Amino acid sequence: MSETPQIPPADNTPQSSQTPTSSVPPAPQPPQPGVSAQQASIPPASADATPSQPAAPAPKSHHPLSTTRRVLRRAFGKDEQLTIEQQIKRRTLISFSVFAILGAAAWKSWFLLKNQPHDNGVPKLLRKGLDADQKVFKHTLSPDHLVPTYPRSLASTHTRRNGDAGMNPKGFDPQAWKLQVTTADNRGLSLGIDELRQLPKTEFAFEFKCIEGWSQISHWGGVKFSDFIKNYNLEKEAAMQYVGLNTPDKQYYVGIDMPSALHPQTLLCYEMNGQPLPIDHGGPLRLIIPVKYGVKNLKRISNMFFSNERPPDYWFERGYDYYCGL
Amino acid sequence: MKVSKKIVAKHPLAIRWMHWINFPVLAVMIWSGMLIYWANDVFSIHAGNKTYFHFFPDSFYKALNISYRLAEGMAFHFVFMWIFFVNGLIYVLYTIFSGEWRYLFPDRHSFKEAWLTVLHDLHIRKTAPPQVKYNGAQKIAYSAIIVMGLGSVLTGLAIYKPVQIHWMTSLFGGYGNARVIHFILTIGYCLFFLIHVFQVILAGWNNFRAMVAGFDIVYDKQDPPAAGDNPSPDNNPVPVTGGSQQSPVNAPLIHQIPSHE
Repeated sequence: MSETPQIPPADNTPQSSQTPTSSVPPAPQPPQPGVSAQQASIPPASADATPSQPAAPAPKSHHPLSTTRRVLRRAFGKDEQLTIEQQIKRRTLISFSVFAILGAAAWKSWFLLKNQPHDNGVPKLLRKGLDADQKVFKHTLSPDHLVPTYPRSLASTHTRRNGDAGMNPKGFDPQAWKLQVTTADNRGLSLGIDELRQLPKTEFAFEFKCIEGWSQISHWGGVKFSDFIKNYNLEKEAAMQYVGLNTPDKQYYVGIDMPSALHPQTLLCYEMNGQPLPIDHGGPLRLIIPVKYGVKNLKRISNMFFSNERPPDYWFERGYDYYCGL
Repeated sequence: MKVSKKIVAKHPLAIRWMHWINFPVLAVMIWSGMLIYWANDVFSIHAGNKTYFHFFPDSFYKALNISYRLAEGMAFHFVFMWIFFVNGLIYVLYTIFSGEWRYLFPDRHSFKEAWLTVLHDLHIRKTAPPQVKYNGAQKIAYSAIIVMGLGSVLTGLAIYKPVQIHWMTSLFGGYGNARVIHFILTIGYCLFFLIHVFQVILAGWNNFRAMVAGFDIVYDKQDPPAAGDNPSPDNNPVPVTGGSQQSPVNAPLIHQIPSHE
């Protein structure tokens, strides 16, 4: 924006601003309004070219740049040739035109963004944004960054339950339940809950956080996912980028990035409040992963597989962030 | 009495850009924040068993079509947060390095001035205290809003990454508290917005134009105007033409504003 003082037309620009006619001594940094970029770039010779004839035709000397300047000057006028009122009008008009154009562009962009084709439930550009967030914040994930744990006495005895996807009681027999693991050699593992109970046990109370916004201190026990990997020699599988989990009826499914799965507080959980995990909380086996929102803490794990591609994820398909990292 | 009108620089271009970028971006942040908050709308103003106001009534959700849009809210919130943050950061850095902070940052007189300004605004006192660019009340309000912005970014981070950055979450008194602070700050923006718009309307066209076009118009009189007389084209119809008189460029002004290039 140009910031030009009122200059009497008889004066020539550089002189009048350097030698004020006022009797007030100039301050170290005189409060003279700024000189426009356009004006500042005009060499004195050019400014002198039209000293006393406001609407003078273009000077004869031809320089490629001065042609552009002449065009610009003709289009927008020159401040020092205008009255103060004209200057105010001109600058107001230019500024508000730019303001209106940019405002309209922002308004238009907003609707372009909102009405973009969707990628898994959200406009494509926002999906890209969420994936970019993951690229930034996966660097903050560290096995040393542990969720604060609490004494068990602080854990709520009425552990909140939310979400019934994949939890249909019909057709599910807890006694016949097995954890099916797809392995790299295709032989697979089929493990009962007693076999998992023989592995080293880890238990803690932490503040469970739901993507809806509520949180609750709850107490869980089970085998660390990383201990499970070690005990069953699944290092080769764990070298892949993701682990996928789903329920027996395949109605609920999540994908977890491997660094989060291997975080030292990620549990294959079979106990809640020191008791066997109730069926409605995902018994016999569920995932407890404090570095993720509750949506990733899949209940009633039936199948586990490993992949370098993102495994299907129920809430991801419904517009949520894939990573959901806390 | 000889009066001459003149144009002086008020708001640098950078500040105007950042102000007007912030306005829609903050609006998107507040809107998407409401979509998120709806999913667990537990906050209310209450004392004992009595609830005075629940955030928010069903009619509010209905009117703004807030319900069942959590995923959409999170997507917008976690993308636009970057624009909000970067714009705010550049604003703070610009304000520091350009020296603009001198007009913004309250000094020891600001609080008294703010009080006098409030009295003036309430028509209890006839004159407002003299000001350079911003009065005391503005300085306090505009500085506070920057601190609030920082608070929103930090409490937001505390809620967004409560495990990886849990020291930040602890700093705000835990996850639940960080959410409360984040929410209160948002209510604060809404109140600020209402007062701000009201004041801008009261201050008039000249003041508003300065936030778009950057310049202000001041009146030089041979008899200096009374302190606090904030002239506007409407109440001072003396026509002045640029070509008819010499302009004392360095004459004392009400607004002593250095040039911004």
